[in-house]
This record gives sequence, structure tokens and C-alpha cells, in this order.
Amino acid sequence: MTCPPAATRTRLRELLAPWLFVVPAAVYLLLFFGYPVVKNLVLSFQQYTPATFYTGAAPFVGLRNYAEILSSGLFSQTLLTTVLFTAGSVAGQFLLGLALALFFRRSFPLGGLLRSLLLLPWLLPLVVSATTWKWMLDTDDGVVNNALRALHLVSSGIPWLTGTSQALVSVTLVNIWVGIPFNTAILYSGLRNIPAQLYEAAELDGAGPVASFRHITWPLLRPAVSVVLVLGVVYTLKVLDIILVVTGGGPADATQTLATQSYELSFQQFEFGRGAAMGNVLIILSLVLALVFLRADRRAAHP
Amino acid sequence: MRGGPARRGRRRGLLSTVVGTVLLAVMLFPVYWMVNASLQPTGTTLGAGWFPSRPHLSGYATALRDQGPNLVTSLVVALGSVALSLGLAAPAAYALARFSLRGTRLVLFGILFTQMVPGIVVANALYGAYNDLGLLNSRLGLVLADSTSGVPFAVIILHSFMRGIPREIIEAARVDGAGRLRTFCAVVLPLSRNALVTAALFTFLFAWSDFLFGLTLTTTETVRPVTLGIYEYIGAHTTQWNAVMATAVLASVPAAVLLVVAQRFLTVDATNGAVR
Repeated sequence: MTCPPAATRTRLRELLAPWLFVVPAAVYLLLFFGYPVVKNLVLSFQQYTPATFYTGAAPFVGLRNYAEILSSGLFSQTLLTTVLFTAGSVAGQFLLGLALALFFRRSFPLGGLLRSLLLLPWLLPLVVSATTWKWMLDTDDGVVNNALRALHLVSSGIPWLTGTSQALVSVTLVNIWVGIPFNTAILYSGLRNIPAQLYEAAELDGAGPVASFRHITWPLLRPAVSVVLVLGVVYTLKVLDIILVVTGGGPADATQTLATQSYELSFQQFEFGRGAAMGNVLIILSLVLALVFLRADRRAAHP
Repeated sequence: MRGGPARRGRRRGLLSTVVGTVLLAVMLFPVYWMVNASLQPTGTTLGAGWFPSRPHLSGYATALRDQGPNLVTSLVVALGSVALSLGLAAPAAYALARFSLRGTRLVLFGILFTQMVPGIVVANALYGAYNDLGLLNSRLGLVLADSTSGVPFAVIILHSFMRGIPREIIEAARVDGAGRLRTFCAVVLPLSRNALVTAALFTFLFAWSDFLFGLTLTTTETVRPVTLGIYEYIGAHTTQWNAVMATAVLASVPAAVLLVVAQRFLTVDATNGAVR
């Protein structure tokens, strides 16, 4: 008997049918995330050079790629830049986003309209924002320096993008600007979920705005705060567009991060092995930071 | 008697409106500056006037001539990515939300993990694979790669929404004899309209805004998204800032349109979290 009896067939179909809903997406995720992660791991142990594209030879070299990138003088600088860029961006986005969310929680005429217009910078392509900022921050003709000069705050233009000490500040500020709307949107909806009666009760008990923020808003906003901070860190670590467009990693590698470095190794120097190793360092850093963050958060939530 | 506090309340409300408008003006200044610059006449240096006193459309003429095909490419790729992302994500999100499958937690964890994989890692591996498969410089290749932002995002949004659909509605359809697929198409999808629109809007924007895959997976000018067009422009045409900024404005139009259209559909919530 080759055919199973009808009852078994129906049961088999009942068992398999749910999987048919998941399998296409799972296959996609395996091909476009699983494969790249595994492939990067393999690549990171191979030596790719520009010549590999002609000869096809990419010998396995063990941990040499990692040893080389970690021991190069640039790595510690790149790592520090990545940390400063990420910490500065996330802190700035979060504080300004929270301030705006608290402000827009009050209801006032046109409040809803203004709040939704605030989302615009978030929806613009990053390349568009970065291009506009690059132009605004130009040393001689940019509007930022023009305004500072008109106000007599500076006498000659600040080299926002060409000074080695200013460039990192500039790309961080641009990234903060890009991230504010996301923080505001998530924190605002978190604030809206806090019942108004709690504030009324606190007011009756004589609590001022600071006390009610400390004892009501902050604890109840925690879930939303964790979401924006964890996602903020994970997403900022891999930012590439803004830095490539605004400074291109320069001047003198002053704005080179792990992500831009990985791009440069792979696609400018065609050292795909070392680019992959750098990418893997970035993944590990993301994972570690996300785990540390989530653990700290859980401990704070359940002391 | 009630006039006093009410009037004071109204005055406070108006003060908030003024403060809010000022805050918004500061936040949106770069957007204004982009539009302002795009309307300046040709040949201006970097220093544009504060207002487009005599608005010029020559920047737009140049932009449309140079970037027209790139805008079409971006549109085709973004629409393709929406179709692919929703086509894959909607059934998966439903199954994860409603059938108690064995691997559900694993799949959800996998989706969280995808958020930690930098695009450059994906591009690094795809470059070689695309080279072998002949997918470099193809719209299909870009659609597939650009959906790496859209698919996980759409699964997250749709999953959290579909979990909220009352079980009784779905069971009623099943009792009436509808199969799983029919229940999904005739009951679940229509109920999820808002979440589907939200997911579609964002997956469109992700693909439309993509820069990294355009940069790494296209090497010629035959298939070039407009984001990359702008980037190349900055290198080549620093004297034609009005055309660069006009391209930037054109590349922002979908975002502006979506912001207006999407208002009543958007279902973004902190608890269902992950957005972009």
C-alpha cells in the first residue's frame, strides 16, 4: 500500500499546513541573514586580496585576519570612535526625545499636528539628511557658520567637517537629529499608556512635578525606555550612511567606526576577509551590549 | 465664575502652541534649508540666500534629467520590496501568533537577532553570492537585499497585531468549514488592515531609503537607486548644489506623502516596539 489511508492523510495535512505559513519567511531569513553570518565567519578565516578576483585563490589563514585588525594601530582609535559616537548619539537622542515627548503629552491647540510633523526627519532617507547637513556644516559657506558669524559668536568659520576634533562631534550631532523623532514617538506612546488617575492622585497627595516624574512617570515608562535604548545602541553601532556621506570617515580617520572600517576593508581595499572579521567584531559587540543592557534592566525592574 | 481658570488654561495652551511651533521650526530647519536651496538659481555657490526670493526650477529640471531613471529604479525596487516583505511576513506572523508551533520561540529569537546583524555583514556575503548568480546590478537583487529590513520589521508589527485578534472570530470561521488559508485570507487579513498598511509604509521607506545595498551591489549606472544618485552627485557636482538639493527633495517626496496618508492608519506602539 503506497497511499496512506484518508484519515492519516488529513492528519498529516493538519500537521504540515501551519508550517507552510512560516516556511517561506524562514527560508528568506536563512538565506539573507543565516547565510551571510555563516559566510562572514568563513570569510574571516580566509585571505582575500584584490588578486583573488582573478586567481580565485583565498587560502585559509586561521586567525590572522583578526590578529591583524586587532593589532593595527587604527583599531583602538576606531573602537573608541565607535563607542563615543554610539554613546553620544544614544544619550542625545534619548534626552531630547524624552523632553519632546513630555512636552507633547500636554494637550494644546495644534499639538497633534506639530507632533506628527516632528516625524518627518525620521522618514527622510538618511542620505538626504546627511547630504543636507554636509552642506549646512560647510566651513566657509555653510549656513551654520554663517549664522554664528552673523551673531558674532565666531570670527572665522569652524571647520565642522574638516577639523579632526570637530568632525566626530558633527556626525554625532547629525545622528542625534536623525534619531530624535524615533525616540519621541516611542516614548510618547509609552507616556500615553500611563493612567491619568495616577497623576491626579499624586497631585492630591501634594506631589510636585519632579516627585510625580520620579515616582510615576519614570518607573512606568521603563519598558519604553528599555526599547529605545537597546534599539538605539544596536542601530547606532551599525550606522554607515551618515558617516560615509558627511565625512567619508575622515579627516585622517577621525570619524572611522567599526562599520565604516568594515565597508572600507571589503569594498575599497577588496580585503573581504578582514572586512568580514571587522563585521564579526561588530556583531559580537552588539550582542554583548544588548545582553548587558537587558540584564541590567531586568535587575533594575526586579530588585 | 469659571471664566478665570478657563481663560488662564487657554492662554497656557496657546503658549504651548507657540513653544511647540518654535521647537518644530528648529527641528525642521534642515528640511526647510534643503527646499530653499533646491529653489535657488543655477551657479550659486554654497552660500544660498535665507529665502528663495526668486524661486528657480532649474535645479529640478537638472535633477529630473539626471536622476529620472534612478527615481524609477527606486520606485520599482521599493514596491517590489513591499510585495515581497508582506507576502513573506503576513502568513508567518499569523502562524506565529495563532498556531502553537514548536519552533515559535526560535523564529522570534532569530528575528531579534537579525536586528543585530549590520547591513555591511549582509552586503559583504551577498556580494560574492550575487557575483556568482549574476544578481549584481539587477533590480531583483536589490529587492531581495532591501527586504532584509522589511521582512523582520513586518513580522514584528503584524505578529503583535494578529495576537490581538480575538480567538473566537477565527474559530467561528474554522467551524463554518473554512480552511486555514481561507480563514487567513478572508478573515485575518482584512482585520489586520491597519497593521498591514503600517508595515507596507515602513517597508517601502526602508527600501526607498536604502543606500548600503545600492552602494555595494550595483557597480554600473544601469540600475542605480536615487540615494546612490545623490551620493555620486555630491562627488561630481559640488557647484550645482541646487540640483543636488532638488534631487534630495524629490527623494523625500514619498516620505512626506506617506506622512500625510498614513496618519490614520499608523499603529506604532511602544509595547509592540521595534520600529526601524
